[in-house]
Amino acid sequence: MKCNKRTVEACLLLVSSTIIVVAYVLASIGRYSSLPANIVPFFVIIVLLFAAAHIAMKRFAPHANPILLPVAGTLNGIGYVFIARLQDELAGLQALWTLISVLAFMIILAKGSPVRQYQRYKYSFLFLGFVLLLLPLFPLVGKEINGARIWVSIGPLNFQPAEFAKISLAIFFAGYLVERREILSITNSKILGISAPEPRHIGPIVFAWFVSLIIMVMEKDLGSSLLFFILFLSLLWIATQRNIYLLIGSTLFLAGAIFAWGQFSHVQKRVDIWLHPFNDPTGDGYQIVQSAFALAEGGLTGTGLGLGTPERIPAAETDFIFSAIGEELGLIGTTTILIAFILIIHNGFRIALNIEKPFEKLLIVGLTALLGFQAFIIIAGVIRVLPLTGVTLPFVSYGGSSLLSNWVILAILLLISNEKNQQQVERKRI
Amino acid sequence: MNRNVRILTIIMTLCFLALFAQLIRLHLIQREDLQANPNNTRSIVSEFSQERGLIKTADGVVIAESQEVQNELRYERHYAYEDLYAHITGYFSFLYGSVGLERSYDDLLASHNKEKPLEITTTINHSIQQKAKEALGNRNGSAVVLNPQTGEILAMWSYPSYNPNSLSSSDLDAVQDAWGQLSEIPVSNDPRLERAYRELYFPGSTFKIVTAAAALLSDKATLTQPDFENRNEYLPPLTDLPLQNYGGGICGGNILEGLRVSCNSIFAELAAEIIGAKAMIETSERFGFNQTIPIDLPFSIPSVFPSNFGDPIGEINAFSIPILEKTPGLAQAGIGQFDVKATPLQMALVAAAVSNDGLIMKPYIIDSYKTETMGSMKVNKPEVWKSALPTETARSLKFAMETIVKNGTANRMKVTGAVIGGKTGTAQVDSSRPDDTHGWVIGFGGPKEGPSTVAIAVLVESIPNEGQNTGGFDAAPIAQIVLEQTLRIQGYIN
Repeated sequence: MKCNKRTVEACLLLVSSTIIVVAYVLASIGRYSSLPANIVPFFVIIVLLFAAAHIAMKRFAPHANPILLPVAGTLNGIGYVFIARLQDELAGLQALWTLISVLAFMIILAKGSPVRQYQRYKYSFLFLGFVLLLLPLFPLVGKEINGARIWVSIGPLNFQPAEFAKISLAIFFAGYLVERREILSITNSKILGISAPEPRHIGPIVFAWFVSLIIMVMEKDLGSSLLFFILFLSLLWIATQRNIYLLIGSTLFLAGAIFAWGQFSHVQKRVDIWLHPFNDPTGDGYQIVQSAFALAEGGLTGTGLGLGTPERIPAAETDFIFSAIGEELGLIGTTTILIAFILIIHNGFRIALNIEKPFEKLLIVGLTALLGFQAFIIIAGVIRVLPLTGVTLPFVSYGGSSLLSNWVILAILLLISNEKNQQQVERKRI
Repeated sequence: MNRNVRILTIIMTLCFLALFAQLIRLHLIQREDLQANPNNTRSIVSEFSQERGLIKTADGVVIAESQEVQNELRYERHYAYEDLYAHITGYFSFLYGSVGLERSYDDLLASHNKEKPLEITTTINHSIQQKAKEALGNRNGSAVVLNPQTGEILAMWSYPSYNPNSLSSSDLDAVQDAWGQLSEIPVSNDPRLERAYRELYFPGSTFKIVTAAAALLSDKATLTQPDFENRNEYLPPLTDLPLQNYGGGICGGNILEGLRVSCNSIFAELAAEIIGAKAMIETSERFGFNQTIPIDLPFSIPSVFPSNFGDPIGEINAFSIPILEKTPGLAQAGIGQFDVKATPLQMALVAAAVSNDGLIMKPYIIDSYKTETMGSMKVNKPEVWKSALPTETARSLKFAMETIVKNGTANRMKVTGAVIGGKTGTAQVDSSRPDDTHGWVIGFGGPKEGPSTVAIAVLVESIPNEGQNTGGFDAAPIAQIVLEQTLRIQGYIN
C-alpha cells in the first residue's frame, strides 16, 4: 500500500514536535532543574503551528514532497530550544518570527502558484535584488553592526536585506539563464586552446563577480558575497552544461579572493584566524577557539541539554549556534544537523531532476543550493574547515530576516514539487 | 541539465562529508588535547560557576553566600562581614583558589552532586567573634576561644585581616589588583596569614603550664614541694649566661608560687635539672606539640618543641637527669623560649586540657550541614584528641591557674560572677631586642559551680621598637572582655 504523502508528512511532523518539546523540557531541567514554566502553551503552540502548516499543505500543495517541511520544522524547533537556552530574552522574538515565517509560508503556498509566472518578472526581481543588496549602503537606513554593513534599520525594525535579495536573485538567474542558455552554451572561440564562449557572453559572469566583490568590499559581508557567486556559477554551469564556466568562475573567484586578501585587512584577519587560531586565543581567535573547545567538551554524546556552557562562545545564538549544539548534543547532535541539511539538498535536487520545465528546474536547484551552501559555509566557518564568513545557519540561527526568507524558500520548493506531481497525477487520470 | 544537477548533488554531499570528518576530529580525535589546552578554562569555569552553600554562625548569621552575577562565572561569593570572618571562611577565588572553610568543606559547599547545597553551620558565635575583634583592636595578634568540653571553636580572630570579597569577585581584574596589593605588604604583616592557627610564636611564660605539668607528672614535685631559693636569676649547667627573672626581680618558693608570679628561675631549673629533656618532650607532645592539630581548616601548622637536646655530657644528677649538650637551651625551653614555638590555637588547647580534666577535645568549626532532602546532618561530634593529663594533675594545675587570676599576674582577667583561670606570658621576640615582646595569656572560665565552659588564648604581637606588650597588661584585659562576653552568651553571668 502506498502511503499518502500528507499522511507521511503528518506522522513526521508528530515526531518532529515530540523531539522539539522533549528537547525544550530537557534543556530546562538541565539548566534550572525544573520543568519549563510555559511548557503547556509551548506544546500547544508547536502543535498548532505544525497543524496549520500541514493543513495549508493539504489544501494548497497536496502532492508536494513530504520530507522537506518536517525537516525544516525540526531545525527551526531545535534552533529555538537553543536560543531560549542561550538567551532567554531572545526567545520571545524568535517565537514571533517563527510565527510570522510560518504565516508567510502558508500565504505563499496559497497564492504563489504557478511558479512559472515569476519568470516573467525576472528583471523586476533583479532590480529588487539589487536594491535589497545595496540598501545597507544607503545613509539613513543602512547600519553597521559588528563590522559588517549588512543591516537596514527602519524605525524599530532591523533586518538583513541580503537574506531576501538571495531569493530575488535566484529567481532572476533562473529566468535569465533559461532564456540565454542556448547562446551561452555556444563555445566556438578558444581560450588557451579550450573551447570557450564568445567573449561578450562572458559578460554576465563578470558582472555577477563584480557585484559579489562590491558586497564584499563595501559591506564586508564575505559570506553573502561567496554565496551569491556560488549560486550564479552553479546555475550557469547547470543551464549551459559547459564546464568552461566553472573554470572561468573559479579563476575569477581565486583572483577576487587573492585581491581581497591582499587589499583588505578584515579579509586577512579572517584568514589568519582560520590558519592560526591559537596565535591569539583570547583576542582575535577567541570565538573560533571557544567553538573548538565547545565541540571537544561535547565529545560523542554532548554534555546534555542545558548542562554545558556554550554561552561563552560569542554569537552562540546566531553564527555559532552549531557549536552550541555540538557542546550539548555532541557528535550525535551535530551529525544530525548535517543529515538534516543533506536531506534538504537531496530532496530538493531529486525534485529538480524529475522536472522537465527548465525554469522551475533551475529555480529549485538554485534555492536548494542556497540553503545547502549557506549551511555549509557557516558550519565550515565555525569548525574551521574554511575561514569564517558570517552567515546564519538556515532555520536554526536566531534572526527574523533569515528565518522568514528560509521559510519563503521552503514554500517555493514545495510549490514546485506540488506542481510537478500534480501534473503526473493528472496525466495518470487522463 | 540533469547530469550537472547530479554532479552538484555529489559535490555538495562531499562538502558535508568534509564537515563530518572535521567534526570527528574536533569532537573525538583532538578532544583530549583541546580539553587540556591551557586556554580552555571550560571545566574550571563550570566547576566554579555554580551556586555554593551558605556558611552560617552557630547563632544563625550568614557569613558566606553565593550571589548571582551577570557574567560567565555566574556566581560570586559574598561575605557580609568582610574582614571579620576572613580567616575562617577564607576566600573562593577563580584566580587564586580557595582557603579556609571554602577549601576544607568544598565538597559540602559545592553542588557537585546536583542536589542544591543549602548551608553549613559553624560553631562560631557571632557576638563573641565581634567582641574578640573589638577587644584586640588594631594591634597585630590573635584570639582563639573554644569550648573545652566539646572542642567547638567559639571565636577565632586575628589581626590584620582582609576583605575576602575582594578576592572572590567575578571581576577578575579587580581580584588581580586586590591580590597584588595584598602581596606588596611585608610578609610579617600579611593580612592573609591566619595567625590563630598558622603562625608560630614563642609561647613564653604561658608554656610554664606545660613545664609545671611535666613536673607534676614526674612525681619529683607537687604544687607545694619542693621550695626553690629566692634569686633573681638561674645559671644552667654548661654556660655562664644566667637566665634572668622578669625585670631582674627576685622570686622563689614552690611551683604554685612560681606560677602565680611567673618566676623564670624556678621553671628553667625544673626543666633543665629536675624534669629533663625526655619528660619535657613527652609532656609537650601530650599537649599536641609536634603534631598537626586536627582542626577542620586547611594547612594547620604544628607547634614545635625541640626533640633533641644533644648527647649527655658528664654525670647524671641527683634527680637522675643527664646533663646534655643543650641543657642551657632546655632551661630556656622550660619558660617557652629557645626553639619552642606555638600557635595561639595550640596554647588555647593547653588551657583547655587543664580545664577539662586533662582531656583535649578535637577542635572543630563546622557543626552540621543541611540539605533540602536530607535535613540537618552532623559533620563533627565531640571526640577526644589527646589525653594530656590525668584528672588529678589537671585539677591541681586548674587550681594553680585560678590562683594566678585571683592574686597573680593574670588578675586583669577576673570576671565577676565566674571562676576564671589563666596564665600570662611575655615572650622575647629576639634576644638582641629584649624590649620587643609579645604579650600572651591563656586561660579558661566557667560558672562558680561545675566545669569550665570556655578556654581562651590571646596573643598581642610586639610592635618592633615600640616598647613591650606584656601578657598581664596587654593580653589579659582582652581575654577578660572576651571571656565575659562568652560566659554571658552561655548564660552563666548577667
